[in-house]
Amino acid sequence: MPLLDARDVHGGYGGMNILNGVNMAIEADEIGVIVGPNGAGKSTMLKAIFGLLHVNQGEILLRGEPIHNLPPNRLVQKGMGFVPQEKNVFPSLTVKENLEMGAFLKPDNVKRMLKQVYDFFPPLHDKRHQPAGELSGGQRQMVAMGRALMAEPSLLLLDEPTAGLSPLYMNEIFEQVKLVNSAGVGILMVEQNAKQALAIADRGFVLAAGQNRFTDTGAALLADPEVAKSFLGG
Amino acid sequence: MNELVFFINNVVIAGSVTGSIYAIGAVGVTLIFSIMRFAHFAHGDMMTFGAFMVLLLTTAFPGAGDAFGVPSALVLLPLAMALTALLAVGIDKAFYKPLRAHGVKPIVLVIGSLGVTLMLQGLIRLFAGTSGQSLYVDDRKEIFRLALPFEGVRAPVVVTEPQLYLFVITLVAVIGLHLFLSRSRLGKAMRAMSDNPDLAQASGINTNTIVAVTWVIAGGLAAIAGTLLSLDVTFKPDLSFFLLLPIFAATIVGGVGHPYGAVAGGFVVGFAETLAVFNWSVLLRPFRDSLPEWLTQSGNLAFVGTEYKIVVPFFILVAILVWRPTGIFKGKVI
Repeated sequence: MPLLDARDVHGGYGGMNILNGVNMAIEADEIGVIVGPNGAGKSTMLKAIFGLLHVNQGEILLRGEPIHNLPPNRLVQKGMGFVPQEKNVFPSLTVKENLEMGAFLKPDNVKRMLKQVYDFFPPLHDKRHQPAGELSGGQRQMVAMGRALMAEPSLLLLDEPTAGLSPLYMNEIFEQVKLVNSAGVGILMVEQNAKQALAIADRGFVLAAGQNRFTDTGAALLADPEVAKSFLGG
Repeated sequence: MNELVFFINNVVIAGSVTGSIYAIGAVGVTLIFSIMRFAHFAHGDMMTFGAFMVLLLTTAFPGAGDAFGVPSALVLLPLAMALTALLAVGIDKAFYKPLRAHGVKPIVLVIGSLGVTLMLQGLIRLFAGTSGQSLYVDDRKEIFRLALPFEGVRAPVVVTEPQLYLFVITLVAVIGLHLFLSRSRLGKAMRAMSDNPDLAQASGINTNTIVAVTWVIAGGLAAIAGTLLSLDVTFKPDLSFFLLLPIFAATIVGGVGHPYGAVAGGFVVGFAETLAVFNWSVLLRPFRDSLPEWLTQSGNLAFVGTEYKIVVPFFILVAILVWRPTGIFKGKVI
């Protein structure tokens, strides 16, 4: 049974559908990457999965259990973590407090998970008493991912984790995504840096106009000349 | 030296009394704003309601304090805090929550809270009448006179019993709030929600719980401020309503959304008010020989008359909004 199975998802804001039948499935230990042009509905799809957007038609299953239109805090309880693209830290809280908030529903986990998150992101340990708002963009992204990991999710949703980062930090974030994944967390992320993202992806989903255009393994999509021509910039 | 004592009595003590009341009130206003993003105009009457609960309870159990040797009103204060907290949560459920659910603009909530304030005031008048009433059962406040150990000092430093309680309870409330916000899981979640409500929700924080906790704290603090104020003077149905302006001035001076800023702002406004009505001619008396005549001839050298005291917070409010709308601690702009 797939970890996440989205079937024919339709949804949008205020009666206007942005998603027009998206299909997406990833297994428990996989990295799924959503790419596509602007306005294709990539981030919208992620929001639909995390209950931030009303799903009008179709279904989303987490380990076979329907979860569409559940509120976000219920989804966190069911093992889903979400890292928004912007405003993804609590700026006036310290790094440690940010992480603690991620484990709000599982306060018994805090000590153990803090250690694990500091292992994933060593720079955070040094800055743990500093307000998250004072960190650099890359470190802030680590705080955001760390916060989501604190609840021990089985599926982590990342909305453009490398947006606005320098190439140096970008590679670091991709490495960390791989690391988190190898610890047994399924990943579904939206990425603008399609080539790099597909290179680490087990599953790739190319969306356009709210529908799947290509769905295959990351490697196969990278090798497909048609995908390369229309979506990867040649 | 007598002039110094006069200064201590009329500025240091009086300013601390006013400042403490403003500080506790402003903390409530700033917490409500940081969680629900609206200026809660019913806060003054929530304070009055707390004092009113103490009045009712002391009437029902006048001997409650005898066993502890403190005024009954203080023993019954925790109960009044609980009742006021309950009222605050109830008002939210009945009026503000439905408005929030409709996704109205903050200004609608502000006007709603204006309605709530008139309602509360009417309700209190209905039961308590319009005249002043003492919260002291036998109406005898103890007065402490501390003679300073200096030669030639005749006047003592005067502190009344309720003022001492006011200082102690303010200190306890501020330290308690600090520990709650910096150490407890719920307190941190409150700060998180103030920072970024969407992310708080995405972290699994139940925002309804945080809203309720905010009202409980704001209601409890309002009861403390109202009761201590009524102990210092007397209970009147419109007593705290007139504090609304200085409390909002204190909130904005401190930086809206900053609990510590609100405390600082409370004392800034409190002392500014006291210093403005203070008669400086008394302090100048020792130097009268070396000062020009026009300065020493005048009997009253206060900046503003006592009857115009309210001008001071008004001026501070406008000045800070014009020159530094984010306040001392860089808060949000209402």
